[in-house]
Amino acid sequence: MSETALGQVSGGHRSLLLRSERASRRARVDAFWRAVLLLTVVVALIPLAAILGVTIYRGAGAINLGFLIENPPFSPGQEGGGYAPAIFGSIYMTGLAILMAVPLGILAAVFLVEYKRSRLAGPVRFFTDVMTGVPSVFVGLFIFSSLVVDADLFFGTVPGAAALAVLMLPIMVRSAEEVLRLVPQDLRNGAFGLGLRRWQMITRVVLPAAAPGLATGSMLAVARGMGETAPLLFTALGARQIVTSLTGTPQGALPLQVLDEGRQALPAAIERAWAGSLTLMAIVLLFTFAARFVARRGNATSLS
Amino acid sequence: MGTLETDTEVRRDLEMHIKTRDHESASADAHDFVFRIDDVSVFYDRFRAVRDVTLDIHSRQITALIGPSGCGKTTVLRCLNRMNDLIETARVEGRISYHGEDLYDKQVDPVEVRRRIGMVFQKPNPFPKSIYDNVAFGPKIIGTKENLDELVERSLQHAALWDEVKDRLKDSAMGLSGGQQQRLCIARCLAVSPDVILMDEPCSALDPIATGRIEDLMGELKSEYTIVIVTHNMQQAARVSDRTAFFTAEVHGDQDRRTGVLIEYDKTERIFTSPADERTENYVTGRFG
Repeated sequence: MSETALGQVSGGHRSLLLRSERASRRARVDAFWRAVLLLTVVVALIPLAAILGVTIYRGAGAINLGFLIENPPFSPGQEGGGYAPAIFGSIYMTGLAILMAVPLGILAAVFLVEYKRSRLAGPVRFFTDVMTGVPSVFVGLFIFSSLVVDADLFFGTVPGAAALAVLMLPIMVRSAEEVLRLVPQDLRNGAFGLGLRRWQMITRVVLPAAAPGLATGSMLAVARGMGETAPLLFTALGARQIVTSLTGTPQGALPLQVLDEGRQALPAAIERAWAGSLTLMAIVLLFTFAARFVARRGNATSLS
Repeated sequence: MGTLETDTEVRRDLEMHIKTRDHESASADAHDFVFRIDDVSVFYDRFRAVRDVTLDIHSRQITALIGPSGCGKTTVLRCLNRMNDLIETARVEGRISYHGEDLYDKQVDPVEVRRRIGMVFQKPNPFPKSIYDNVAFGPKIIGTKENLDELVERSLQHAALWDEVKDRLKDSAMGLSGGQQQRLCIARCLAVSPDVILMDEPCSALDPIATGRIEDLMGELKSEYTIVIVTHNMQQAARVSDRTAFFTAEVHGDQDRRTGVLIEYDKTERIFTSPADERTENYVTGRFG
């Protein structure tokens, strides 16, 4: 492309197609940094892709219907058998944990957002932040000493669920707080202007408007709780049969079972552990996608 | 309030009192005034936002509060339905009586106040619900005995919105245009049958056509409701209101602290043609503000 030829436009007008030396240098610098940024993104994605790839590669072969509905074999060295108790236990305990953490988390967030005047709001927010940073193994120890030992519940479903709930609670509070803050102040004023009391304003206007966001937050909390291992180590303990009782019998969980079998030098056990990891990852991804989906649909319908 | 005949009588009476413009002489028939604002100051923390406002709001008239930004007109408006109570640092001094009762008496429940004194806000704020549910919302919560469908239809008709939305009552209110949303907010307010409607710059987010519709609507609502409107738009005040209160801001020293003061309150016609105060004249003729 000949710049001089293009540049010769009538009436002394400088063609838009002409590029000054400085402009083309800027364009080169821009292209360089764009490439650098792209590269860092690729590097950051490598571990994620590798984890997904290896888990699918190693786990997919061992996943079949039997894996999902059978108990593990009597001896870890044996081939076959499945993770049904672990899958059941994970869903059971996470479900219970949702029942504990979600209502509590939403109520705490309502308190933080709608009752800012309270002198308690500051400390509550601070301790929520502290809780987010507490190592999950401490949470397990705390539930072990309080529920398993002191309350004499023994290992089982409820202590495991309680440990997960403690971990999910701060995530739930913070995400619900963000969502409630996004509810426009105008809506609150509108509700007050109609003569609603504060609690009516909260239950009839703020919570419905925030519902999609709250659902998203809950699912992210679920995804987090599902994958936790440490808090379950000495609360649920693990099981090799399906356990339906709430207390008194150790309960299984996917991460516990993967940990248990993955560290045995037995090919059959290791193969099952990979399949278990893949199952866990699939469940967590499912919840994450569901959260995204709910969030997107919610944005389209409410809060304009 | 009374029947049509007594209402015209009341109005004739009022005209006389207006001529004298003497609060003391009018005190005998305090019930003709919806609000009597007496020497009211509003503080946010220790900062005085408005000082020494004294004015009466007449029944079934449109009263406009005008003035430059920061002159406290919205603050005064929000005193009238105790919306300022929601701001933790706000404090009201002086006396505001509503039909002869002290609005800020300890026995008075602010929630009850807001049920009787409705409010329309600057930005249309329909709830993210259906058009129908927006209007039915207030009556449902207060627990009306009326047929909701009829009440919704009547309120929407009153707000001159019915014809535009009657075929899509179940659609989300968020899909309406700004002007329609604002009329929906008026309908929502009317549905709880208030005595007074406070409007805080209700047209500032609307285009001229939507503004015209709201202004027409206000003229129609006047026969049944007392309306107080805050507006930045002087032409709007001149077009719609019966009485106008002009506020301005006093600046203190070199800090950017302003206190609103009421300069003049009179019939709208007088405010715009022969104001008593020079500052009012400068403002309405566009020399200031």
